[in-house]
Order: sequence, then structure tokens, then C-alpha cells
Amino acid sequence: MYKLTSGFETHVELKTNTKIFCSCSNGFGSAPNTKCCPVCIGLPGALPRLNKQVVEFAVKAGLALNCKINNLSYMDRKNYSYPDLPKAYQISQFDVPLCYDGFVELSDGKKIGITRIHIEEDAGKLIHNDEDILIDYNRAGVPLIEIVSEPNIESVEEAKEFAEKLQLIMRYTGVSDCKMQEGSMRCDVNISVSESESLGTRTEIKNMNSIANIRKAMEYEVKRQTEILKSGGKVIQETLGFDEKSGTTYSMRTKEDANDYRFFREPDLLPIHISHEDIEKIRRTIPELPHKKLKRYVADFGIDKKDAELLVKYPRVASFFEEAAYGIKSSKKVANFILGVIFAFLKSETLKEEFDLKISPESLRELVLLTDSGKLNVSKAKLTLEQMLLSGKRAEELLNDDDLRGFDDDSLLSLCQKAIEVNPKTVADYKGGKDKAIMALVGFVMRESKGRADAGKAKEKLIEII
Amino acid sequence: MSEILKLHNMLCSKEISAKELTQKYLSAIKSLNPDLNAYIKISEDEALISADIIDRKIAGSEDIDLLSGIPMTLKDNISTKGNDTTCCSKILEGYKPIYDATAWQRLKSKGAVHLGKTNMDEFAMGCTTETSVYGSSKNPYNKNFVAGGSSGGTASAVSANLAVYGIGSDTGGSVRQPASFCGCVGLKPTYGAVSRYGLIAYASSLDTVGVLAGNVADTAVVFDRIAGFDPMDSTSRPDFSPCAFDFLDKDIKGRKIGVPQELIDRADEDVKYQVLKAIKIFEDMGCVVEFFSMPSLITALPAYYIIACAEASSNLGRYDGVRYGLKAECFESIHQMICKTRSENFGDEVKKRIMLGTFVLSEGYYDKYYAKAQHLRQELKAQFKKVFERYDALVTPTSPKTAFRLCEVEENKEGSFNADLCTVSANLGGLPAVSLPCGKDSRGLPVGLQIIGDKFMENRILNLAKKFEESRGEFGLKDMGVRFDV
Repeated sequence: MYKLTSGFETHVELKTNTKIFCSCSNGFGSAPNTKCCPVCIGLPGALPRLNKQVVEFAVKAGLALNCKINNLSYMDRKNYSYPDLPKAYQISQFDVPLCYDGFVELSDGKKIGITRIHIEEDAGKLIHNDEDILIDYNRAGVPLIEIVSEPNIESVEEAKEFAEKLQLIMRYTGVSDCKMQEGSMRCDVNISVSESESLGTRTEIKNMNSIANIRKAMEYEVKRQTEILKSGGKVIQETLGFDEKSGTTYSMRTKEDANDYRFFREPDLLPIHISHEDIEKIRRTIPELPHKKLKRYVADFGIDKKDAELLVKYPRVASFFEEAAYGIKSSKKVANFILGVIFAFLKSETLKEEFDLKISPESLRELVLLTDSGKLNVSKAKLTLEQMLLSGKRAEELLNDDDLRGFDDDSLLSLCQKAIEVNPKTVADYKGGKDKAIMALVGFVMRESKGRADAGKAKEKLIEII
Repeated sequence: MSEILKLHNMLCSKEISAKELTQKYLSAIKSLNPDLNAYIKISEDEALISADIIDRKIAGSEDIDLLSGIPMTLKDNISTKGNDTTCCSKILEGYKPIYDATAWQRLKSKGAVHLGKTNMDEFAMGCTTETSVYGSSKNPYNKNFVAGGSSGGTASAVSANLAVYGIGSDTGGSVRQPASFCGCVGLKPTYGAVSRYGLIAYASSLDTVGVLAGNVADTAVVFDRIAGFDPMDSTSRPDFSPCAFDFLDKDIKGRKIGVPQELIDRADEDVKYQVLKAIKIFEDMGCVVEFFSMPSLITALPAYYIIACAEASSNLGRYDGVRYGLKAECFESIHQMICKTRSENFGDEVKKRIMLGTFVLSEGYYDKYYAKAQHLRQELKAQFKKVFERYDALVTPTSPKTAFRLCEVEENKEGSFNADLCTVSANLGGLPAVSLPCGKDSRGLPVGLQIIGDKFMENRILNLAKKFEESRGEFGLKDMGVRFDV
């Protein structure tokens, strides 16, 4: 039996206003080389100056991942030469990182250790043209945190959950979008398999750009390593890439040609001091994190765990839900409207993540209150919500007095009786054991009432009479 | 007597216009520079335009700064917007910065007239300017001798009256040693007193922007204007406001001066003689002089070379031909492009230091060299701290020797490393130090006296220097270039 051991190194781009060492704006998607200055393109004589917000965001991320914070840490130079790295060194943190010794708790209670989190600058991007290689330095100097996990991930499922939890916690803290497809979260995955207690030789898969790919790459790599070991071979320590098309990993470089980064203290920057007071101040800015939220939704709102998980999965959805459900009893109904109607309306993951709706949480609350008071039945409300999502209008603007008159029990009774009188064949079918036939009668009631009757109540009443 | 003050008065009284003054300097440069090779680029048009602006201000009876209209020069590693800044290296050929160095920008805002860039050792690595791609500058006192380095061109220009003052850089003595060789005053400020923004880095933890001038008062005037906090340099000190000029004439009676025996012992006889004579003058002025031993001043030299080269190997990594400067013409891969660009366009001394620096930071050697050097540096700093509890300043020779003969260093490399023996400690300690002339050797070459102070005590060392200058009688620059006799 081969056992998997895995650890993650995750780079997360911080959503600060400006870059880490200069005042260039920090944002995704601009014309090439338009967000650059002498500092981030490393012109001779230019000097870095540390953006305070980067330190605050990194500490916030660290606290959210249960880390300890070093009151004194340092910036160091990591020297290597590549055209996308303007100074031929990356300013990073080596031996004394900002945060250390944290964890992420998985749903089964297992804790995946966080060894350290440090801050550093991103590099530019090479763009390969037909003949030329072009460089865009907009990304050079974008602040990153590197989150290094302990190697105590023992299955692909744990790895997947770890990555998802990490992404979600980062999104909740608001320090990053963690959009893997845009590269604002990138994972390097270390993997080894072993038959015994001692660890096997590990390989590292670089720059995974989606959680689905992490899973595919890990499954492939576990299989590959296991097969090598089974046939008596040796796994080579190497850095791998993942080819999405073939679903396989390929070698990028072996241990022999690994860089010697020649780390040393960055002389251009001062040590980073953070007081306990500053740390506590930052701690207070951390919002309720997803695992707590989940428990609260289940316990206080009585929402099913599965539904609660879906709400919590997207920070914007959760905050919309909480606002919409504020002060009303039927929070479960609010959840159902969101997960049913609104999620059906927002088809892709990206749209759900963005949750950019034309309606406000208050509009949804008003709609739910209309159903609570019996003025509007649920099926009509769902149709109304669809119209609201398209038009951005409020429920009351879309519904006329007739719609909102509600439908009293006497009217329902008389309509049900009418349905039974007019459709003797359907009634006979139902009595003969065709359960579905009742729905035809419900349909009749709904048509006659112009949708104002409550379908559920109508069904009950019909069965009662028959 | 302050030359700057004299010229300022002449400008204000319209005895001479800034334009005429500038033209005088430009024509002196044209006649003397071919021999001295102090300037590597002359900015005639820019200088005349700056002078013209000052003349219009004077004509309009506007107040002008002491430095307005005063012709000066910049070492070729101080970034000037739109103007070649090459560190006298082939690799930066044609590089025009898109921004001004803070020190230059501050002087520019005071109306300084920039005559042109002066020669230096390639990337400030050397002590003779002989590693410059433009060839070496000559010593105005004797053209068979070097002007020192790395700010040798700047020292040569100031000494020959081809600029009233110059801005240089000092990483291990590069302002003080050439000042000493050329008989002018050179100030290396406290690390963090003057912004390094725009100074092209050699060794970031040691680099400082310094001043070269004909006398102590001028040095103080310029220092006061370039020093002070700059948000663009994180290592510049936030609460420092310089006022060296106001302290120049303070009484120095009772000041305690320490003389490290190690540095006196290692100086040539001529140098020792002049420095001891100078020390006597301080005693005569009422200072308390004490000889003491500080062995870490000697171990400072290897520590300096290891740290400087390590940082240089990192700082110079960016010259890869991708963004600015020269790029190799033929290559087949990115890797080859970078290799060829660097192999073809860096000089031997620079390559040597990059290799040395890369080595001392490498896995397996870091602890043996770099970590040890850092340890020595910490020890030195700790000792300086104690020393400055006892003394107000230290007095030493600036260089154990007077100027080298041209090509002498080429033949004796070790000798050139030792040339930095007295100066590197101030860089490792981040301390201010000034070199000023105190006599001549038997060949008629100037001898420099160094005064080292505690951090941010520029006031104090310049005060001592000014008093010494007065008491000894002003050394006077060479009788060449632009001279005004009042």
C-alpha cells in the first residue's frame, strides 16, 4: 500500500491599492507596461519602499490562518537571472518570515499545518510572439504572499479541500480575489509516495491554475510515482509542469540544475517591526470566517448543512444572504430563493463568485415578506424574482393589486370543487391509482386563479375533497 | 574662505553674470580637460540654460540661493533625467535615466549649474579611475599620477578649478581618497543622511552620496542642501535636518580626539609625518588628543571587500541588456543574450568583483565568508559605539599613501586594496568622515587628513575641519582653471 504525502506552496496576489515597493497601481488587466515606474522596472539607482498595506494584508491573512506573527522580520534578496525579473533578484523573505506556525482545519477536524507566510514581489510576464519575446512589467512588483504548508496532506481529497478552504479564507479576509484562472492564486504541489513510514523522494508540480487541475495532476503523479516504485525504479527529485490537454506531468528541471539563490538581507529596506497592538488592531478587522459562518447558519437559521455550505462558498453570496435575511423569520426561504432562483440565473462559477445582481438584498427581503404574509404564493414569487433579476425592479413595481390580493380559503375551496366537477375523468384516474392525475387538477386551479392560488394548498384541498 | 560665498556675492552684485561664470568654466574645461580627463561628458547647453535662468532671477531682483548659478559637476553614477549616466561602463552606453537622483534634484531646485559628468572607476570599483571605460583621470598636481578613485574625475575637476564643487559617491573611500590625492575636501556623510535614490548602486549598505569641494565651508554649504529625509530612500533618516554650515565656527577647545595607532603605523613616512603634524595643530587649538588601539579597523578591510562584492554581485545583475544599455548583437537564447551582453560589456575589475561576490554568497561558502564578514562588521560597529563614548572624533590619515603613479596599481593589486585601509571603516560603521588636505609629501603630492565622527555628527567633524583649515592656513587649490583673486 503506497501512502501519499503532500505539501503546498501557494502564491496569493494581494489586492492592495498599489504595488509592494512603489506607488504604481496594482490591478489586473491594463495595456502592457503602463503600470510601471523606475522602481518596479528596476532602473539603476531606484530604491524600493515597503507598502504598509502589504504588511497589514499579510498579517491579516496570517491571523485568519491561525498563524503567529513575528514582531520583527526582514526582507531578503533572492538572486536569479531571468528577463521577467527586472533587478535580477526578487525581494522576498528568507529566514524570518512575517507569519509562521498556523493551520487550516479540514471538515473532518484534521489540521493541515501552515509552516510560514512571507511577503514578496511578483515578476513581469514574458509574452511569446511569432518571432519575438516581449515583456510586460505591469505585474512586476505586485505584492504576493507565499503560504507554505506542512507536508501533512495525505490524500487527493484532503489536498482539494485544503486548497478550497485556503482560497475561501483568503477571499473572506478580503486580501485577495484568489482567482486561479487569472493567476491571483497559484499552487505548487509537492508530492511523494512511500510504502514505509519514511518519506519518499518528492516532486514538485508548479503553477497549478485550478483546483480541478490540482486534483488531476496529483492523481496522475501519484499513479506515476507508484508505478515507478512498484517496478523497482527510483523517483527523481524534480520540478514538474502539468499539461492540461494530456492530463500528464512533464519534467521542467531536475535537482542538479536547481538555482543557488544566494539569499542575503535586502540592504535597501529596513527590518519590519510590528507591535502587539498593531497585530490586535488587524485581528479586529478580520470578518467572520467561513467555518464559523457555516455553523451559525445551521444552528441559528436551521439551514441544511449542504445549503449552508453553498451559501458560505461565495463570500458575496453569504453577505447578500445575511442582509436579505436580516430580521425576518423565514431565513430558510431566503436561502432557497438564492440557491434556487438566483443560482439558476447565475450560470457560471465566476458569475456566482462575482454575484453582481441588479437587485438589492432589501428587494429580496420584501419579496419574501410578501409570501410570508400570504399576499403572494411561492411559485408566483419565484417567477417575480426572475423578472426582478432581469429588470432590477422591486417586487411591488412588477406586481399589480390583483396579484397581491392574495387568495382566501373560501375561494380556494370553491375553485377546487369546480375543478372536480369539470374534470370527472381526471378524478376517476386519480381514484384509479394514477397519483399524477392530481397535478392536472392543481393546474386547473392555478389557471383559474391566474396563479394567485398556492399550489401546495390547492393540492391538499383537492385530495381532501376527493 | 568660501568660494561659493565669494561667487554668490559677485553674482548678486552683478560683478559677473551666471552665464559669464559658466562660460569661464566651460572654456577652462575645454582647454584643460584633454590633459586631465576629469570630465567625460560636458553639458554646455544645459549649463548655459541654467545660468540664464539665474541671471534673469538676479535681473528681477529675486532672492537666490547660495548655490544658484554656481557651476558644479556630478560623478557619472548620479542619475540625471535625459542625460547620459553610464557609471563609466560600456554596458550603460547611451543610458539616459528617466528621473533625477534626489541629491541632484535638490541642487537643481536651488539653481545649480551642471557643467557635465565626471570620470570614475567603472561602477565605482577601483581607486584610480583606471577601470573607467574612458581611461583614467590625471592628478592636477602631477599628471603622471592618478587622481584617485573612484570619484577621481570629480576630485580632479574640483582640484583644477574646473568646477566649484562636485557630487561624488563613497562606498569604501571613493570621495575621501581622491579628495586626499588631489588636495581638496571630501565629505562622506553618515549612511542615511543623504538620499541614495538615483545613485547607481555599487554596494547598497555602504554607498553614500558625498561632496567634494575646495574648502570646508563650501562642503558644508552643499551638504546642508543635499542632506535630509527622502521618502524615496527607506534608509534615509526621517528626523535629520542638516545645519553643518552654522556650526563651522564653534569653539573646539576641549574636544576629545582619538587617534587609532593601527592606522598611523600603517601609513607611509611622509603621510605619517604630515598627519602627526596636523594632530599637533589640534592639540595647539586646545583639543585633547589620545592615541588608542582599535584592531578591528584592520580586519575591516577584508570584511569590506566581501560585503561590497556580495552586494555588487546582486546589484549588477540587472544589466542584462533587456531594458536599457547595450545588448549583445548575436545570440540564440535568452541565456546566451544575457551572458554575452555581460561578458562583452563589463570590464575586468567589475567581472572580478561580481565573481567574488557571487562566490562568497554561494551555498557552502556563505558562512565561511559573508556571514563572517557581517560578524566583523557588527563587532566593528559595537567598538565604534564605545569609542564615541570616549571621543568626539577620530583623526587618521585618509590614505596610507599619496597618489599612485599611473598604471602603478595595475602592477600591484594588493597595494590598491590597502589604499582603502583607513576609509572603509566609516562605511562599514555608517559614520560620517571628511578628508581635507594637511600637507604634501616629498614629491609635492597632497596628503589627506581624515576626521571620522559619530553618526549624524557632520556638524562636529566639519567644525573641527574648518578650525584646522583656518589654523593651518588654507591649502589652496592648484593655480589652474578658473581663479578669482579678491
